[in-house]
Amino acid sequence: MSRSLIPTPGQTVGPFFGYALPFAKGGELVPPGSPNSVQLHGTVYDGNGTPIPDALIEIWQADENGNVVSETGSLVRDGYTFTGWGRIPAGNTGKYVFTTVNPGATEPGKAPFFAVAIFARGLMNRLFTRVYLPEDSEALEKDALLSSLEPARRKTLIAERLADGSLHWDIRLQGEDETVFLDFNSEA
Amino acid sequence: MGEPVKSSDAAADNQAIVSREIRDIEEGYRAALSAGQPAETQPRIDYAPYRSSILRHPTKSLHHADPETIELYSPAFGHQDVHALESNLTIQHGGEPLGERMVLRGKVLDGDGRPVAGQLVEIWQANSAGRYIHKRDQHPAPLDPNFTGVGRCITGPDGSYEFLTIKPGAYPWKNHLNAWRPAHIHFSLFGTEFTQRIVTQMYFPGDQLFPLDPIYQSIVDQDARDRLVARYNHDLTSPEWALGYEWDIVLTGPKRTWTENEAYGEQGDNE
Repeated sequence: MSRSLIPTPGQTVGPFFGYALPFAKGGELVPPGSPNSVQLHGTVYDGNGTPIPDALIEIWQADENGNVVSETGSLVRDGYTFTGWGRIPAGNTGKYVFTTVNPGATEPGKAPFFAVAIFARGLMNRLFTRVYLPEDSEALEKDALLSSLEPARRKTLIAERLADGSLHWDIRLQGEDETVFLDFNSEA
Repeated sequence: MGEPVKSSDAAADNQAIVSREIRDIEEGYRAALSAGQPAETQPRIDYAPYRSSILRHPTKSLHHADPETIELYSPAFGHQDVHALESNLTIQHGGEPLGERMVLRGKVLDGDGRPVAGQLVEIWQANSAGRYIHKRDQHPAPLDPNFTGVGRCITGPDGSYEFLTIKPGAYPWKNHLNAWRPAHIHFSLFGTEFTQRIVTQMYFPGDQLFPLDPIYQSIVDQDARDRLVARYNHDLTSPEWALGYEWDIVLTGPKRTWTENEAYGEQGDNE
């Protein structure tokens, strides 16, 4: 009954998504200041190390207990339903900020991470990546993706926990310390 | 090859230079195809004729990953998120927008041909004069006070979507001197899994600008490019009202093993 179809190609998001894709509270998966809220923030850079002002970042994550939620309402946030998904454009200085909660481990011993999609003018197709929480070093050590990477590249996928409790994670589209981007569709 | 190209919006080169680069890349691709390489179905992310891509594409190859847990699911959207009227781009202001009214209809399917039901589709586009309402668009074509160019809808149980809009005009940009984008509508799509997330552009049949446009040509395979071109459908055209176009979208995957209930989608089979 199932047949294999060839996927439609992607194209760049272009320069003019700003009046179409961002929405109010897009980066606020939980209201700022709510209990256990953390910020996930950083800067998107190009191959010259210049911040990119016209990128769009989406995150998709489990809740604090590691549950994958299927709640609607991300586009019209009611202030208390956790939908697990957020979208924010990088600002004029290439910075993005999400207010969310730490994702929990989806299975015991699994390293918790945010799934990330990145779009930008000049980027022909969206890029997928992950950003891991830095704390559970044993789980990070055992993680299938991380352990398939050289140490220098592995660190591009692990956020830094700052003193204020926030998570800092920069995205480098190109160049030294280029972020590891993922391909889910090829064979290993 | 001459001078190295610069990543810039400064329109440093002319169409002949960019067209030659486009042709060279395509000839290289055709030679690889005849040598037995597989067809490419997605755009090249390293595609210098689109100047803004030069400093913005990863230089290391994408790293294979098996999708895990969260990646095997997708955020959920529903009628709380999107009002039914948001699919009509011609009623967002006090009057009727100018231009060719058009109905655009299609289905969102996954790679197995299953409908993607109850998912979010977002579109944005220039007006009939080729002008975006975005403040960075300085193209001296008129804005239309009755047209914003943004629409959203939630797919039906059969994966279908439908928009009523105005056919966008061709749009000039500064990739090179005298660069014009073929008329297009931007699409943002979700599947049933995060790995199926895609943003793309839909084009209109027979556009004379196709061979000249580095964004369209970044998909080097003609069959793959054709998948972005809508089909004119006279049966969908309504008399004295609107032209009809159809365009289906196929997502990658899925990677997850589906249960019977999920296959019906969020709306279930009761609609």
